Amino acid sequence: MRRRGPPSRLGREEVTVELSITDEAGPAAFEALIAADAKIEPRDWMPEPYRRNLIRQIAQHAHSEIMGMQPEAHWITRAPSLQRKAVLIAKVQDEAGHGLYLYATAETLGVSRESLLDALHAGRQKYLSFINYPVLTWADVGALAWLTDGAAVVNQVSLCRTSYAPYARALVRICREESFHHRQGFDLLYALSRGTPAQRRMLQAAVDRWWYPALAMFGPPDHLSVHSERSLAWRIKRAGNDELRQRFVDMCVPQAEALGVTLPDPALRWNPERGCHDFTPPDYDELKRVVAGDGPCNRERLAHRRRVHEEGAWVREAAAAHAAKQAARRTPQADARANGAFTGHPAGSSDGHPANTAPGNVGKRADQTDGGGAATGEWADDRGVTVTSEGHAAETAVERTSENGGEGAGGWPLWEVFVRARRGVNHVHAGSLHAADAEMALRNARDLYTRRGEGVSVWVVRSDGVAASSPDEKDVLFDPGNDKPYRHPSFFEVPEGVGNL
Amino acid sequence: MTSTGFEQALALGDDALIAAQRMAEWCARAPEIEEDVALANIALDLLGQARALLSYAGELEGLGRGEDELAYLRDEHEFRNVQLVELPNGDFAVTMAKLLFFAVHQQVLYAELAGGDGPLAAIAAKAVKETAYHASHATLWTVRLGDGTAESHRRMQQAIEHVWPYTHELFEGSDRRGAWLARVEPVLADATLTRPQDGWAPTGGRRGVHTEAFGPLLAEMQYVHRAHPGARW
Repeated sequence: MRRRGPPSRLGREEVTVELSITDEAGPAAFEALIAADAKIEPRDWMPEPYRRNLIRQIAQHAHSEIMGMQPEAHWITRAPSLQRKAVLIAKVQDEAGHGLYLYATAETLGVSRESLLDALHAGRQKYLSFINYPVLTWADVGALAWLTDGAAVVNQVSLCRTSYAPYARALVRICREESFHHRQGFDLLYALSRGTPAQRRMLQAAVDRWWYPALAMFGPPDHLSVHSERSLAWRIKRAGNDELRQRFVDMCVPQAEALGVTLPDPALRWNPERGCHDFTPPDYDELKRVVAGDGPCNRERLAHRRRVHEEGAWVREAAAAHAAKQAARRTPQADARANGAFTGHPAGSSDGHPANTAPGNVGKRADQTDGGGAATGEWADDRGVTVTSEGHAAETAVERTSENGGEGAGGWPLWEVFVRARRGVNHVHAGSLHAADAEMALRNARDLYTRRGEGVSVWVVRSDGVAASSPDEKDVLFDPGNDKPYRHPSFFEVPEGVGNL
Repeated sequence: MTSTGFEQALALGDDALIAAQRMAEWCARAPEIEEDVALANIALDLLGQARALLSYAGELEGLGRGEDELAYLRDEHEFRNVQLVELPNGDFAVTMAKLLFFAVHQQVLYAELAGGDGPLAAIAAKAVKETAYHASHATLWTVRLGDGTAESHRRMQQAIEHVWPYTHELFEGSDRRGAWLARVEPVLADATLTRPQDGWAPTGGRRGVHTEAFGPLLAEMQYVHRAHPGARW
């Protein structure tokens, strides 16, 4: 079942309509890769439930980053020192960046960001429950970061070994950046712990508020979590909820001592037999209620997110309209610019006009996700949360080939980003993003992929302008190259004593 | 250094600080997530400039006031920023109009200061690259919105009309308006916008006279710091 037809887009799933015809090689190859603890790439064959499960988890991880900006963002204007203000802006900015990495990762599975955001706004997909708790004092800003970012790091470090390669790559980047979040939270609290009595009271009260929401981030106990078992088998998740929660508690106890705070659990004590701490688990009924929408801030967080999206619509439309006008005015030799923005390298041809301005074409791909569970092990089952049935419409491979290489964010096409890390090395693919035009794509790429000094040069190229080889052709294309050992110097035996060969 | 040096560093520092504070209000509110990242970058640049300038002003003053004392423990009438930067954000078009006019002004000014010597020249040399980026970001958006849809054109035209009067204050006692106009007018033309007429020219920021919107901005910015006198953060 080799694909025939035009070359496919980079990273966009291109499994063909013949998928329903049993392809013996696909499932067997997939199982073999999983068994060997190897990575699955976007264009590899994968079972539909694996793909759906991944989309659910990655989408909810992405939503958590975006929604997670809110509880802290409203403290930026009140930060009590200019340095703390700068740190907090950088942290919230990272969360937007992480959301973008993750939406881009989800898009490699054939869903558009637009459809995922629709699902979030409609309440069909969830995000981590702690985001629905209020951040009441400056100390809460620190406690939230110390505890929930700490929990996120424990979760995500484990997830870096996930079987889906683009997700693993995004997580490596995220973990690197997230440890800054965790540490600045601790640092903020540490300053309070050395401060005035009022500051220390504020600190203790905030830790009291955030301890259990952080524990709940690891989701329900393993025996109650349906997704957990399946995700572990596919190596999407690499450790169970209970194990990670325990790891987190053990990590926090000495840190709490350094801060001089009491963790709000009278049952918390070292158990020499188990070699770890006993503790009171979070209230899973409360977790269930919060995930289902009845936490203290669910309504306002979601309303804020929807309002922002609606208020931004005219801006996104304007940028798309301007890009279309520019394309229409463009002379043929300027087409290259529309299709890719490079430093010293011509881009491909094609008209540079957004290939598909009808968002409807992307479809309601997000409907396929079931709304349960969250990115990193949240209440992850099909029972505790509202699930829309429309989401379970049969998935056909035909849909998966939908023309989503272009559109997504309000008609802004998708671009692939290549970064030169330093003078003397190649540009390397870093990820993707949405932008109305090449200039915007370059600037977004700079902000998104080089904000920690990771680059000296950037290329962006329209995703639908990249031709990629199909995994089905892998054997034909690459096996013959493995069959000619005489191309390598090691093929030839060198007589003893002969040098410089 | 003379008190003029202190006044100058304070005025530029206050401009950057209040512009950063307003820009940071966009966090988690931008029209697209990519733009959230971009606006946060601009806010961080401005905040960095403010910290350097206020620290330098504090040194010149020699009374032991650092960046935080200057930012958090002065009242409205002691701030020397122009009124333009304290104007409420409005919609995205107003914010881009403010950014365009302010960043181009900063760019012209910092390029000039970077040619001098001393600490201010060093601060300006770093800032001039940042402001060039801000000006370019605002330019691209002004053109996209001006030459986008009918709705965005209307909003962008309204935005520049709204902000234009406040630009006069940027050039009080300087001859940089010509250089500023030479950069701003072509952007407005590219954006198919009509350059607003000069006329009403509100002023007072440099003397500590501000708009009504400034008090609430400071109240929000300063209250945690002021509620804990002498505390360290």
